[in-house]
Amino acid sequence: MTSTPPPRPPLPLQRHARAGRLTAWAVLVAGASLANLAHADRAAGATIARQGAGGITACMACHGAQGEGQAAAGFPRLAGQGQAYLLKQLQDFASGQRKNPQMEPIARALSAQQMRDLSEHYASLPGWKAEAKPAAAAQPAGGARLAMAGNWDAGIPACFACHGPDGAGVPPHFPALTGQPNAYTRAQLKAWQAGTRGNDPQGLMKSVADKMSDAEINAISEYLETPSFYGRRE
Amino acid sequence: MSNWFSTWLENQKRTRSFHPSWILLVVAATLVVAGIVWIPAALVSKAEYDRLPSAALPASDKASIPSDEIPAAVEQPGFPARTGPKTIRVDFSPPDVDAIPGGKFGEAVRLGRNIFNDTQTYARAYVGNALNCVNCHLDEGRKADSAPLWAAFAMFPAYRDKNQKVNSYEERLAGCFRYSMNGKVPPPGSKELVALMSYSYWMATGAPVGVELKGRGYPKLAEPRQPPDVARGKKVYEANCAICHGADGQGTQVSGRYVFPPLWGKDSFNGGAGMTRVETAAGFIQANMPLGKGGTLSEQEAWDVAKYMNSHPRPVDPRLVKS
Repeated sequence: MTSTPPPRPPLPLQRHARAGRLTAWAVLVAGASLANLAHADRAAGATIARQGAGGITACMACHGAQGEGQAAAGFPRLAGQGQAYLLKQLQDFASGQRKNPQMEPIARALSAQQMRDLSEHYASLPGWKAEAKPAAAAQPAGGARLAMAGNWDAGIPACFACHGPDGAGVPPHFPALTGQPNAYTRAQLKAWQAGTRGNDPQGLMKSVADKMSDAEINAISEYLETPSFYGRRE
Repeated sequence: MSNWFSTWLENQKRTRSFHPSWILLVVAATLVVAGIVWIPAALVSKAEYDRLPSAALPASDKASIPSDEIPAAVEQPGFPARTGPKTIRVDFSPPDVDAIPGGKFGEAVRLGRNIFNDTQTYARAYVGNALNCVNCHLDEGRKADSAPLWAAFAMFPAYRDKNQKVNSYEERLAGCFRYSMNGKVPPPGSKELVALMSYSYWMATGAPVGVELKGRGYPKLAEPRQPPDVARGKKVYEANCAICHGADGQGTQVSGRYVFPPLWGKDSFNGGAGMTRVETAAGFIQANMPLGKGGTLSEQEAWDVAKYMNSHPRPVDPRLVKS
């Protein structure tokens, strides 16, 4: 006659499995609610861009109806810019890490959610595209060269080495450069030199800007507004 | 004085016998003569050596210096330049890209430049990973301390321990395809190798032959104070490299093309590549990385991060595979 053996305690592995299942559920639930919270609403962003919100000026007043920027005033193109990059700029304006008298108060007035919505909206708009035919005006030769080959005698790498082969940006950290107003690019390079813009990761952009001459800054800023890629490969 | 000397001379003439002063006289005379010859020679060669690197001359002038002045400078150490432990290092600037000539030669040079900068497109058949030559030879193969082509070209033929024979430049290029590009070796005389040789040859226009040019190869760092360490290297990597090469070292792609190359894994160089030597990688990294901020990592950081990079798996050295 055999007596029934006492119930065995669960094997360590089984215990772990149970704990694992519980944890998985917890993570799922927490993740879902977080994702919901963090969900950026492109449409809400579009509304703020068009109409503004609670004391915030409509973005399009300066950045253009399609986020194309305003060349004459040097307001940058936002359309097609990387979402993570745009979000970081708004956060940095708010924290003062990136100094700008117009943008700082606007960014401070935006909630975290509005910042996400706006960056999502502008990232979804079409970015700058090269014209089918080459730009009519002669391109400053020095600019094209800086963009594609850099000036290593001065320790300056090609702009496109980090910002992508067509200067269209390498998300999340390296923004698109092409199609930016001449005045905007120039002001940014000067701001890095002066230290009024210091929000580049690892100081990568400052170290490059510091090596650039005024002539180089002019040439590259002019080139990037309507770059022609002719002559990259011969 | 003259009195003493004439008396002594008369005495010598008369006796015609050995006198101990002869020894002194010969030694002193030798020293004097040697001094007269050697001191100005040393001064001249030093002045020449100092003047070369610092000369702020336009590229064309610089390039013309070596042809008449370098041979003299190289003869000084008294041993052949390429095998000597202390080679005189000469400044050289490659010609400007706009100076690529026309004609058939120019065509080959241009193709070589395209292959070099965009190996993925122009030498696709011979590449087995995601790299381009320019990833490790910055500025189109022109940058000093980044193994520039102009400094490599005239050092060949050269004996290499790697394959234990005298290599032509073409054979050296083939090695790049086999190891660094983890690919197939283009046949000798193929248009790819001819183009790359033409590009290198053009870039070395005016460079002295068989002389170590300043900026050749990657800088050789001093032995690290602490042995290179993977854990420290990981920290260096995360703080300085991951932004471009990715936390997983797999580089960054934009629309299917690598903007920043993978540092290990299947799309990177294989185990036979020079970059797998920690000292080689450390020299490259310290001088050139992060891009645009070369020279900012400490040598110890460079050693550590090189060790970290090479602690990851990558395609095997084809020499170790039995076919």
